[in-house]
Amino acid sequence: MTEHTVKAFDEDITRLRGLIAEMGGLAEVAVQNAMDALVKGDDALAQQIIKGDKKIDALESEVDKLAVRVIALRAPMADDLREVIAALKIAGVVERIGDYSKAIAKASREIADRRHFEPLTLLPAMGELAAEMVHDVLTAYGARDPVLAREVIAADRKVDNFYNSIFRNLVSHMVENPSTISTAAQLLFVARNIERIGDHATNVAEMVHYAATGTYPADDDS
Amino acid sequence: MEQDRTYPVAALVLAAITAVGMAIAGAPLWLALAVLLVWAGSLWLAVASPPPSLESATNGSFNRDDMGQFIEHAGTPLLVTENRRISIANRSARNLLGAHILGQDIRVAFRHPEAVALLERDTSGQATVQGLVRRRDIWILNYQRLGEELGVIELLNQTAEADISRAHTDFVANASHELRTPLSSIIGYVETLREDGGKAPPETRAKFLDTVLGEARRLKNLVDDLMSLSRVEAEKHDLPQEHLPLRELVESAARDAAGPERQDRLDLNCEGDIEIRGDARQIEQLIRNLVDNALKYGAPEEKVVVTLHRLPEGDAELTVTDRGEGIAPEHLPHLTRRFYRTDPGRSRASGGTGLGLAIVKHIVERHRGRLDIASKLGQGTTIAVRIPTVAKTAEEVS
Repeated sequence: MTEHTVKAFDEDITRLRGLIAEMGGLAEVAVQNAMDALVKGDDALAQQIIKGDKKIDALESEVDKLAVRVIALRAPMADDLREVIAALKIAGVVERIGDYSKAIAKASREIADRRHFEPLTLLPAMGELAAEMVHDVLTAYGARDPVLAREVIAADRKVDNFYNSIFRNLVSHMVENPSTISTAAQLLFVARNIERIGDHATNVAEMVHYAATGTYPADDDS
Repeated sequence: MEQDRTYPVAALVLAAITAVGMAIAGAPLWLALAVLLVWAGSLWLAVASPPPSLESATNGSFNRDDMGQFIEHAGTPLLVTENRRISIANRSARNLLGAHILGQDIRVAFRHPEAVALLERDTSGQATVQGLVRRRDIWILNYQRLGEELGVIELLNQTAEADISRAHTDFVANASHELRTPLSSIIGYVETLREDGGKAPPETRAKFLDTVLGEARRLKNLVDDLMSLSRVEAEKHDLPQEHLPLRELVESAARDAAGPERQDRLDLNCEGDIEIRGDARQIEQLIRNLVDNALKYGAPEEKVVVTLHRLPEGDAELTVTDRGEGIAPEHLPHLTRRFYRTDPGRSRASGGTGLGLAIVKHIVERHRGRLDIASKLGQGTTIAVRIPTVAKTAEEVS
């Protein structure tokens, strides 16, 4: 980006991007830790994720305040405005990703008898894919890279496929072992949450694309 | 020092004129001389050496651009931060994190919470960050503050070390697992025989003893393989010097591997007069492993073709081809890994140790050769080994 005549505006934008990156870093680690906590049954780690979500929320409100102030004081135009609007929306979505990680961490405490669950071997692979999407989309945001953003959008299909197969798997598991229905239902929610994380990473990717090019990726297809 | 001192000529002249003027005006000569002396003396004391010239000062020190160039070609990623923004990133850092990080907030480049916490502090320090660029990579972030605004970040890649230590633990875990399996069944069967106190019918006892013997042999094979693997690996770097006539070696080792009952399944097709520099025992083991694998995993009625010929480039090429179900493409890159099995149950049932191809790979590497595995599902597998001949290496030396 070229430098602005008003240097303070540059500083605000840089700070805004820094805050989003920091939020993203926290959310990324939260997703990974949530999957770890789920697989290993690590309640302490789950507790740590639940606590850590507060920090993401605090950062989101900081982004909101800064973005509103920038719009009010500097009246940005064109790509600057897109940048600020995208930051505002991305902050909201990243906060949701943090919430889903928290939900997974909460569910992991409810799961008993991990060893006999076949879907527990599929979930980490799915979680890894979703975490990778979050990682890539944040890198795309930092680099303002619309190509990488489109790759993230394409990867969401894989996560959806995973979700469908885990769903079927869990439903048949419930039919065969009614005693484990409560655990299986928890896992179903976890799978759903991971799937939502993938969707939200896609949303961020769309906004990154929008901030970088001014169009939404879907526009390119039509 | 004399040259460094500038003489205040004008002031001295003024002092002299004043003294002369005083003398002319009628003041006593001693008074005029005293005034001149005090004046000149005070001038001499007041004019100290001049301040160092500006030019010589800038010659020796760096400015920011120089600093950027100074670290540009360093192999480790280095970044300079100014007021929590990245102002300089050398080439390795740009390759690693992307060129966009220049001028950005530090958090855009390092968003991992540990890194953010480190860079927010006012002190220097270190942090270990997992997944900086790719997932599972591990970097140590070394942050050094220089004064109020400036900071230097050095990145050290720890991924390889973590990989090596993981590979080591994996190997030990795998090896102990493999050693334990036959031992467990030996112990199980021997305990049954002992507790039974000779009441079991003789045919059952014979069957148990056979199993014990079989498992004990498997254990011995495994230990043998582990030993030869470590021996080959230890000698990896010294090229063997013995001259070996390859044809005789291939034919005898292949027959040896087939044993009397599988002799008719061998189809040997070897050219003579090829000499390589090698270690006879290792080459023999290589051939035995390959032929044994082909006989074991190929279809039981089909022949195993062993060919040996000289390539136009001067290498000797040995191929072992079987007709069988082949190997799925996703397994091919991992075949030479220790204890890797495409079908664990079947391989164990046929007495495999999971080390055969790992040993082959190491032997080929020690002989500066090449190992190619080509396989089609449903058709079979061809393993080709190329080793430089004596004639070729002599040519290269001369």
